[in-house]
Amino acid sequence: MLNVNEIRKDFPILQRKTHDSVPLVYLDSTATSQKPTPVIEAMDAYYRRSNANIHRGVHTLAEEATAMYEAAREKIAKFINSPSARQIVYTRNTTESINLVAYTWARANLKAGDLVVLTEMEHHSNLVPWLMLQSERGVELEFIPVTEDGLLDLEAYKTLLARTPKLVAFTHMSNVLGTINPAADIIRMAHEAGAVTLVDGAQSVPHLKVDMQTLDADFYAFSAHKMCGPTGIGALYGKAELLEAMPPFLGGGDMIKEVKLRSFKPNTLPHKFEAGTPAIAEAVGFGAAVDYLTKVGMENIAAHEHAITEYALERLEEIPGVKLFGPSADKKGGVAAFTFDGVHPHDVAQILDRDGIAVRAGHHCAQPLHEKFGIPATSRASFYLYNTKEEVDLLVNGIYKVKEMFG
Amino acid sequence: MDDLYREVIIEHYKNPSYRGHLDPHDIQFADNNPLCGDHIEITLQTAADGTVKDARFDGHGCAISQASADLLVESIIGKPLDEVKQLNKEHILDMLGIELGPVRLKCALLSLKVLKAGVYGLGEASDSLVE
Repeated sequence: MLNVNEIRKDFPILQRKTHDSVPLVYLDSTATSQKPTPVIEAMDAYYRRSNANIHRGVHTLAEEATAMYEAAREKIAKFINSPSARQIVYTRNTTESINLVAYTWARANLKAGDLVVLTEMEHHSNLVPWLMLQSERGVELEFIPVTEDGLLDLEAYKTLLARTPKLVAFTHMSNVLGTINPAADIIRMAHEAGAVTLVDGAQSVPHLKVDMQTLDADFYAFSAHKMCGPTGIGALYGKAELLEAMPPFLGGGDMIKEVKLRSFKPNTLPHKFEAGTPAIAEAVGFGAAVDYLTKVGMENIAAHEHAITEYALERLEEIPGVKLFGPSADKKGGVAAFTFDGVHPHDVAQILDRDGIAVRAGHHCAQPLHEKFGIPATSRASFYLYNTKEEVDLLVNGIYKVKEMFG
Repeated sequence: MDDLYREVIIEHYKNPSYRGHLDPHDIQFADNNPLCGDHIEITLQTAADGTVKDARFDGHGCAISQASADLLVESIIGKPLDEVKQLNKEHILDMLGIELGPVRLKCALLSLKVLKAGVYGLGEASDSLVE
């Protein structure tokens, strides 16, 4: 188990107060995580000492910057057990990683009438790119249904696979229900039906040990900012043979091997997909975040979050009027989405904020999922390695305050 | 917090006086706040002298959005439409008696946006109507 009091010292923001004197209780890590000192310092040191544009330069700073940028890629590859670093493409975030696949692989391989299977629990980032492809190409979309207790209906999935989809794209962990989907099974079944798989790993990579070689995903997308790293950078993992065969994404500098006035040759992996000056300091920060999480240990993080989540669900369930969404603690990550009778989630969030408690309210970019459960919005508390049971108690007390105010 | 959730707001949220839907009506408009899913519909009957004869709001959302709508509808009954067209965000904030950050301001101003889009006969409610 990790020592949460020691961990908290690594995150300077957790020392701050809101509303003059109230300590911060940050329960919104599913939206974005806070950043530990080693990440902040790595980025600061990069700008203070090594800043230069990467690749073409031969001077000392350019070489240092290039080495740091590529070293971070190696760390990220190792973190998810990718067979090689060249299979890690830097992007802006999970959304851009998914769009990269939609714009390159999908547009080169899918035609009108081809079936794409998604799930009803997708974040808008793994839904809208496919809706766009549907209007442009006439591909068909089908959705694995979500059961009442927030799990994927795998029997219905089997029926969809009988229609031989070309792509199965799904989230490894729901950002609302917290459900951890059986990704390895979903991928194996998709492969048996001849489909390519894309996994939205935005919520899983920060919280679970993920292994590309065990999962056997064809594409896997994630963001740095949800895993203690900076905003503005994410990654797409892809199987080498797929990435090799794909057309480039954005055109420009660095993604080319050779340019003539009337033609160009794309660069090798992963540079083929990285046009223009990238987010270099952010890549360095991403690498530092991976180092930090590795040092703490992903198994320790998952165990800590599990304990907090189990406690939170138990305490929240006791409150009359609170309705929780998603499966039981053993099937989910550190997310507790709930409604509270007679009070809109925004009001819940606002009243909690006055006690320094940061939760999110709204549809969390999963509007169809909320519609499925017949609610416009939920309040969502989420937990990460730095959260404590005491913070859960503060949340619960805060909800009792809401109850009192709205009587 | 008491500044934000003043009794007047909680009261109008829990027991609104003007929730409903007028049929027939002369003016009807509805819109959402895409950030939070707040929804407001306003229906209006106008009198021959160009005043608001009666009005109602319907919808769902947070206390700020629903209380604002109730207060707004109350404030326009009997008023000339020309005057309604001139209403701005100060009108809402004065009635609520609170200050709001940018996110919650959208909740508070949704009903005014809907009302003005309806009165002006616009196809779409834009934020510029309430600035």
